[in-house]
Amino acid sequence: MKMQGSFIDNLPKIYGIYTGGFIVFILLMAVLEQMGTSADTIGILFVGFTVLIYAAIGWLSRTMQVDAYYVAGRTVPPVFNGMATAADWMSGASFVAMAGGIYMGGHAYLAFVVGWTGGYVLVAALMAPYLRKFGCYTVPDFIGTRYGGNTARFCAVLVLVIASFTYVTAQINATGTIAARALHIPFGVGVWFGLLGILLCSMLGGMRAVTWTQVAQYIVLIIAYVVPVVWMSNKQGFGIIPQLGYGDAVMRLGELETMHQVGALKPDAAALASIKEEGLRVVALTKAHAAAGTSALDSWRFITLVLCMMAGTASLPHILMRYFTTPSVRAARQSVAWSLLFIFLLYFTAPALATFTKLQVLDPNLATGIIGKSIADVTSLDWVRNWSEVGFLRVIDSNGDGLLQINEFFMRGDIVVLATPEIAGLPYVISGLVAAGGMAAAMSTADGLLLAIANALSHDLYYKIIDPKAETRTRLIVARVLLIVIGALGAFVASFKLTGILGAVAWAFDFACSGLFFPLVLGVWWKRANRQGAIAGMLAGLIAGTLYLYMVRWGGMEPWIGIDHLRFGIIGMPVSLIAMVVVSLLTPEPDKETQDMVDATRIPKGASVLASSH
Amino acid sequence: MNGEQTTHWQRTRNLMWITLAIWFVFSFVVHWFADALNGTSFLGFPLGFYMAAQGSLVVFVVLIFWFARAQDKIDRECGVAEED
Repeated sequence: MKMQGSFIDNLPKIYGIYTGGFIVFILLMAVLEQMGTSADTIGILFVGFTVLIYAAIGWLSRTMQVDAYYVAGRTVPPVFNGMATAADWMSGASFVAMAGGIYMGGHAYLAFVVGWTGGYVLVAALMAPYLRKFGCYTVPDFIGTRYGGNTARFCAVLVLVIASFTYVTAQINATGTIAARALHIPFGVGVWFGLLGILLCSMLGGMRAVTWTQVAQYIVLIIAYVVPVVWMSNKQGFGIIPQLGYGDAVMRLGELETMHQVGALKPDAAALASIKEEGLRVVALTKAHAAAGTSALDSWRFITLVLCMMAGTASLPHILMRYFTTPSVRAARQSVAWSLLFIFLLYFTAPALATFTKLQVLDPNLATGIIGKSIADVTSLDWVRNWSEVGFLRVIDSNGDGLLQINEFFMRGDIVVLATPEIAGLPYVISGLVAAGGMAAAMSTADGLLLAIANALSHDLYYKIIDPKAETRTRLIVARVLLIVIGALGAFVASFKLTGILGAVAWAFDFACSGLFFPLVLGVWWKRANRQGAIAGMLAGLIAGTLYLYMVRWGGMEPWIGIDHLRFGIIGMPVSLIAMVVVSLLTPEPDKETQDMVDATRIPKGASVLASSH
Repeated sequence: MNGEQTTHWQRTRNLMWITLAIWFVFSFVVHWFADALNGTSFLGFPLGFYMAAQGSLVVFVVLIFWFARAQDKIDRECGVAEED
């Protein structure tokens, strides 16, 4: 690692060997399975081995240099930064819960798929290249320098911490769930095991370590996601590139939904009561797969969710800061494109996965189909038993006819990805692979988020506001201590399991876009935007959004025109925009120096704006 | 700000608006009419479902690669690109 230049040149070779090694490992596990090794052992080996590799990369990337710690020395090539961003981006929720969400929610849920990809258009066109030119270490660093003054910087830190902490809790929760299941340890222990893995990747090397582990994690997670889908697709005769050929499967699902009366058969009240009593979050399938809502309100709900997720994407600091690591402005722009390509590979697979898995469960002509079969047969299936034991699945024969109807089968959407290999009867080695992939996805996102929070606190709060004379060594030690403290806090909160994996994730996007979207965009695109306006925009957006969330979620208020707790950014964003514009116009325009700074930000050429002040 | 920079920023702004217009259509307009589009079949998919599951995503990927190239061209022509 000492020869940075040669290391960067050798990246394709290094990660090529790594990918080859991982495939050999998978084959080795397959051989072990043939030789009679148990499923549990294979699961433990998969998760344990991959986490060890990440930790080793984290150790090799250790550093005591500020530039390396905060922005990986600004040497990460666009394609590799794209992979790292993709891993940073695709969380436990994307990996574990997205296909399940589509499985349960059908078309309405695809709003997440659209929102979580299209946001990158905003990142590329409005944000990333300019922030890279600015040369900041953190997102609040941009706000603090562009608008000037500690108050603006502090407000940005505040929004960042609220949004990212909401998110990181969900990620640590996901690592806990996966570790608990793969390693057969209690959830509480799993959470702390997950945290340990996360910290090993980030603590010693900061952004540099996180970058190179995230690339490694991307490779694992994309293989783990795509392999089972290709396998199932082949098995069912939908071709080797399932993403192109599952149209027929979607159509077939439409027929099966009519046959099984999906949506018409509602779950029995007594069954729902008993599920509620047990405290489970399992649901029956009641929504059509492909059919879209017919009313204007349905369309409105779809696009409002899309907008919140997109604006949130473009405001989440752990994503934006990935583009600070590229060698140039041009590379930052290209890197956004590569990021989305790598993300796309998973996101266009998720609906295919949901479709195939649903077909497996619903189609009576397939050996795996369970709807319409006898309850006794279904409850004796391994996967039904396993997931029932942990409370993720329930079969309740409401009408007592001994056959399983669609409204008698309850499960949690977020088990779809993890359970698919078992449902489809694939070998254990695939289950182990999927567990390792889920772990990689949750860990990489948690790493990025923890680092974003700890860096903002150490760089912006501690170094820039509290002690500007702090020495490099002290700054980096403070950064690491904060990383541990915040991680521990996240794990502590996660161990209470406050929300489902996805609820909290959507909130993070809403918090981020309510508070940060307009102050960031207008900082580049509107020279007239000033400090007072930015502060007003951040605070008004954050407060309005949070208040609305509180009223809708806990205050018993009816959501306005379908704007529920998942979409509170729709309230926060306009408030933020109006407050920022009005206050900016009522107060004096920024000084000449600031305006020149904006001009310098807008062209790629020349030294970065912040170069001298770090 | 000199003349070259003014031109550069004008062209950059235009490119941004074009990019966002395409983004707007495939983020919102298309999905507003999902139910109607589902009446048409595309590659064997109901079109409304296809656009949300794949179509819009493909457009976004291509759009950003195109945007990066176009912006780079503007930077070079206006003489404000970074030196290689």
